[in-house]
Amino acid sequence: MAYSDKVIEHTENPRNVGTLDKADPSVGTGLVGAPACGDVMRLQIKVGAGGVIEDAKFKTFGCGSAIASSSLATEWIKGKTIDEAETIKNVDIVNELNLPPVKIHCSVLAEDAIKSAIADYRAKQAARAQAK
Amino acid sequence: MSSLQFPIFMDYHSTTPVDPRVLEEMLPYFTTKFGNAASRNHAFGWTAEEACEHARERLAKFINAQSEKEIVFTSGATESNNLALKGIAEFYKDKGNHIITAVTEHKAILDTCKRLEKEGFEVTYLKVDREGTVTPESVRAAITDKTILVSIMLANNEVGTIQNLTEIGKITREKGVLLHSDATQGVGKTPFDVQAMNVDLASFTAHKMYGPKGVGALYVRRNKPRVRLVAQMDGGGHERGMRSGTLNVPGIVGFGKAAEIMTADFEKDNARILGLRERLRAKIMTALEETYINGSMTHRLPGNLNISFSFVEGEALMMAIKDVAVSSGSACTSASLEPSYVLRALGVGDELAHSSIRFGLGRFTTEEEVDYVAELVIAKVKKLRDVSPLYEMHKEGIDLKSVAWVAH
Repeated sequence: MAYSDKVIEHTENPRNVGTLDKADPSVGTGLVGAPACGDVMRLQIKVGAGGVIEDAKFKTFGCGSAIASSSLATEWIKGKTIDEAETIKNVDIVNELNLPPVKIHCSVLAEDAIKSAIADYRAKQAARAQAK
Repeated sequence: MSSLQFPIFMDYHSTTPVDPRVLEEMLPYFTTKFGNAASRNHAFGWTAEEACEHARERLAKFINAQSEKEIVFTSGATESNNLALKGIAEFYKDKGNHIITAVTEHKAILDTCKRLEKEGFEVTYLKVDREGTVTPESVRAAITDKTILVSIMLANNEVGTIQNLTEIGKITREKGVLLHSDATQGVGKTPFDVQAMNVDLASFTAHKMYGPKGVGALYVRRNKPRVRLVAQMDGGGHERGMRSGTLNVPGIVGFGKAAEIMTADFEKDNARILGLRERLRAKIMTALEETYINGSMTHRLPGNLNISFSFVEGEALMMAIKDVAVSSGSACTSASLEPSYVLRALGVGDELAHSSIRFGLGRFTTEEEVDYVAELVIAKVKKLRDVSPLYEMHKEGIDLKSVAWVAH
């Protein structure tokens, strides 16, 4: 199977690889997938004033398309508000990276990772509000 | 100055290049010596027939058959396997309807068995141990009075495990059951002797041994016992009525030459390839933690190295080393999106199956290539581990098996 140039570019130079402090209340962490399925994505966001995503980091175990999907996702959500980031759909990733049908699940996983990170952030904020 | 040429081929289990000595011998049979080997009444036919008979003799010697008449030419090992299993099943169906094979066989065996099951045959798929070995005792235990055939491969195409055909052959002979072996991957790379091993039928193909694609053979024993089978293709009754169709004369000539070279260079070639394989293994496994060999280290094809690199997905690694042609047991590289059934049968977990790479070394692999590939693999595995959340969790001491993963 031939890969699109964008997938190759992202896998050779993945953006925003790394780890944020998951104990930080302004950080939301999404961990989706399973090793037995061949892909695991961890996407983290650091949310600042006005709900703007100031930083995003990822690490992915998976094929080139999975790495590229998560790399692209971090690039896209940085600077967006969490409400805006939530509207990103897997088809947007499919179109941008020209993913073939067998790789669509990689984009689904990336969408899930964004949503999961946002949900984690919101849960942390809600828990803090309650504690106060 | 480097003499490396890219891409580097390290996938010798999939196919092999035609040896120049083989090609040279084939060439006249495309142009000047183009006759049909079945033309009995003119010189063109005689020349072609003579060339095919010479190839038959070389192939018989290659596997230590008693006679060149025991070699039936086919289009390749898949056809040979189909002809052996279906042909035997059809001929001996009044004697019994039970066939024994193993779970790690090639699809050309397994899918043929599935077809036979639909037609009323019963098939026992023997399990293998962690190294991929079929124990002779399990063969003995599976034989019933309905068993007509046991089919066990010489060596596995993914993990390179060599089966104990000598012991299995003793059992099948004692029980009066026929033994077929898919020798495609193993022949010429590990000793294979149809007489010493009591093998009654054997499949193999030219393109796995530096011959051309599109030509294979089925060895069919003619003496003690005389094996009979029903042809699966109707036509001119070529190949003693077992396989109709005009012979692929240039291919057969190349197959014969390829076998002659394999026979002559057996010790030298395999020792060299084994040395390179061990060099590759040592370099990679010394430099990288959490790498695991799949298969056996004692009964293994010299050119096979199948390694799982924990925390790294196989297809991503293949992409990262794109100048090197290898193969992976990862689901992402298969049409079915299932990880390798062979690795599963060995008890390799799905995680490690997704992380496996098969390196196949062969006659034209060089030390320089091995060193280059080792360095490249080490660098890229490290890079991909830096991107892997699993590696980070491992480093933090988290037991990945204890995590409640959300499968999708």
